[in-house]
Amino acid sequence: METDRRAEREVARRRKARRGQTIAAVSTLVVLGGLAALTLASPGWTVLRESFFSSDVFVESFPDILEGFWLDIRVFLVVEVAVLILGLAVALVRTVEAPAIFPLRLIAILYTDVFRGIPTILLVYLIGFGVPALATAEDGGATPLSWLPTNEVLLGGAALALSYGAYVSEVYRAGINSVHRGQRDAALAIGLSEQQALRHVIVPQAVRRVGPPLLNDFIALQKDVALISILGVAGEAFRIAQIQASSDFNYTPLIAAALLYLTITIPMARLLDRWERGRAVS
Amino acid sequence: MSTHRIAVPLCLLACLPTIAACGEKEEADSETSSTNTSLEDCPADQLETLSPGQLTVATDEPAFPPYFVDEDPTNGEGFESAVAYAIAEQLGFAEADVKWVVEPFNSSYAPGPKDFDFDVNQISITPKRAEQVDFSAPYYTAKQAIVALRGSEASRGSSLADFAEARFGVQIGTTSQEAVEAAIAPSEEPRVYDTSNDVVTALKQEQVDAVVVDVPSAFFLTAVQVPEATTVGQFSAPGGDEWGALLEEGSPLTDCVSAAIEELRSSGELAEIEQRWIAEKTKAPVLE
Repeated sequence: METDRRAEREVARRRKARRGQTIAAVSTLVVLGGLAALTLASPGWTVLRESFFSSDVFVESFPDILEGFWLDIRVFLVVEVAVLILGLAVALVRTVEAPAIFPLRLIAILYTDVFRGIPTILLVYLIGFGVPALATAEDGGATPLSWLPTNEVLLGGAALALSYGAYVSEVYRAGINSVHRGQRDAALAIGLSEQQALRHVIVPQAVRRVGPPLLNDFIALQKDVALISILGVAGEAFRIAQIQASSDFNYTPLIAAALLYLTITIPMARLLDRWERGRAVS
Repeated sequence: MSTHRIAVPLCLLACLPTIAACGEKEEADSETSSTNTSLEDCPADQLETLSPGQLTVATDEPAFPPYFVDEDPTNGEGFESAVAYAIAEQLGFAEADVKWVVEPFNSSYAPGPKDFDFDVNQISITPKRAEQVDFSAPYYTAKQAIVALRGSEASRGSSLADFAEARFGVQIGTTSQEAVEAAIAPSEEPRVYDTSNDVVTALKQEQVDAVVVDVPSAFFLTAVQVPEATTVGQFSAPGGDEWGALLEEGSPLTDCVSAAIEELRSSGELAEIEQRWIAEKTKAPVLE
C-alpha cells in the first residue's frame, strides 16, 4: 500500500516535470521565433544582413581575427594573475590595523577610489600614451624616466591590471570582512599572531567565499582586453576586426570578434552558475 | 535543466551563420565609364559652363601648400591651381576667363546643383562617392610619405626594403594603412590608431619608428605638428589613391574635363606640374 502511493506520487511528479518542460520549450519557441520573425521581416534587415552578417566577409576575416584572439587570451591570463595579487595586497593593507602602515593604507584607499572611479578606457588611454610621454625628452635625448616601458601591450595590460585590481581588492575586502570576528579571536586565543591569523585562518576562508564574484570580474576583464586596441596594438583581435571593417565598410568582422569573446565568456558564465548552485546546496 | 540553459545560447551561435547565409544578395559591380570624348568635341564657346564664356573653378578655404600658394588660387601657383589653369587652357579658356569660388569639402559632394563647373580639392575618387557626384579622370595619384624623427635610424632609410624591420604607425581606414602592408610589409605589424592625432603622438613619443601618411599630411606634420620629424621619402600606394576634379552628377562637362586631363597627361605637362609643385616642394626622395 505504502509503495503504491509512493509510485503514484513519483508518476505525478514526473508528469508535472514533463509538462513544465513542454511549456518552457513552447514558450521559448514563441518568444525567440517571434523576435527572429520581427527582425527578419523588418525592412532594414536586408541592409543589416549585408553589412553585419555577410557570410563571405565572415569566412574571409575569421582566420585573422582568431589568430589575434590568441594575444587577447595571453594578455587576459597575465593580467588576471596580476589582478589577483594586486587586489589581495591592497585588500590586506586596508584590513590590517597596525598603525605603522597608515600611509600605505592611505595610498590603498586613494588607489581604489581613483582607479575604480575612472572609466577603464580612459585609464588605458592615459597610461598608454602618458607613460611614454614621461619617458620622452623634448629634444629626443634621455630623461630620468627613460627606463619606463613604452610597449603598448605592456602599458595596456598594466592599465587593465590597475583598474581591475581596484575592483578586486574591494571584493577581497568584502570577503575578509565577512569572516566572523570570532575566527580571529579564536586564532589569537590559541597563540597565533595577528599575521598568522590572517594568513592561516581569515584569508583562506575569505578567498573561498569570494570565488564567484571574482570570476564575475574576470568575465568583464576578458572582454575589456579589447580596450588595449586604442593603443594601436598590432594583432589584437578587436583591432584586426576594426581594420577589416573600415577597409570594406562592412561590420561583419566585428561580429566575428564578438563570437570569439563569447566562446570564452559564456563557458565562464556557466561555470559561475554551477559553482554558485553547488555552494547554495552545501 | 542546466543542459537546456547551455543549449539555447549555443544553438543561437550555431544559427548565426545560417541566418547570414540565407539569400545573400550579389553586389552588381559598378563600372567606371571610360572617356571616349576628345578635346575637339569640347570647343570653349559651346561648353555649357555655369556662366557662358567663363570657367568657374572651386576649392576649399584655406587653400594651402603645396596645392596653392599664399592662399590665392588665382595666381596659378601650387599644384592644383596649376592643374586647373592647364585644364582651362586645354578647353580653350584664357586665364582671365577662369573664376575661382570657395567650396567647402563637406558641401562639395552634396547632391544637387553646384555653384562651380569643377572643384579641385584633393578629393579621392571612390565608387561610393561617384554615386553622388561626377569625377573627372584622375589628375594625381597621392603618394604615401614615410615620416620619422630626425636622427632616428628610420630617418636614414633610402629604400622601402630598409624599413622591413621598422615599427610603423598608421591611422585606421586610411590608404596609408593599406599601403604599409602592401608596399613595405614590415616584419612587425604596424600599430593602427583611431585618430591622426594618436599617430602623431606615437611618433613624437617614439612608440613607433615611423609613420605613413599621404604626402600633403606629411607636409603639414613635419612643418607644424612635429617639427623634429622629417619626411624620409615617398612611395606609391599599390592600387593608388586617385584624386579627380569633382563635378555635378551628370555634368555635361565631365567628359571634356577628363579629355583635357588625359591630354595633359599624354603631353607630359601634368608630370611637369607635379614635379614642380609636389615632388620638389616636399623634397622627399622617391623610395622603391
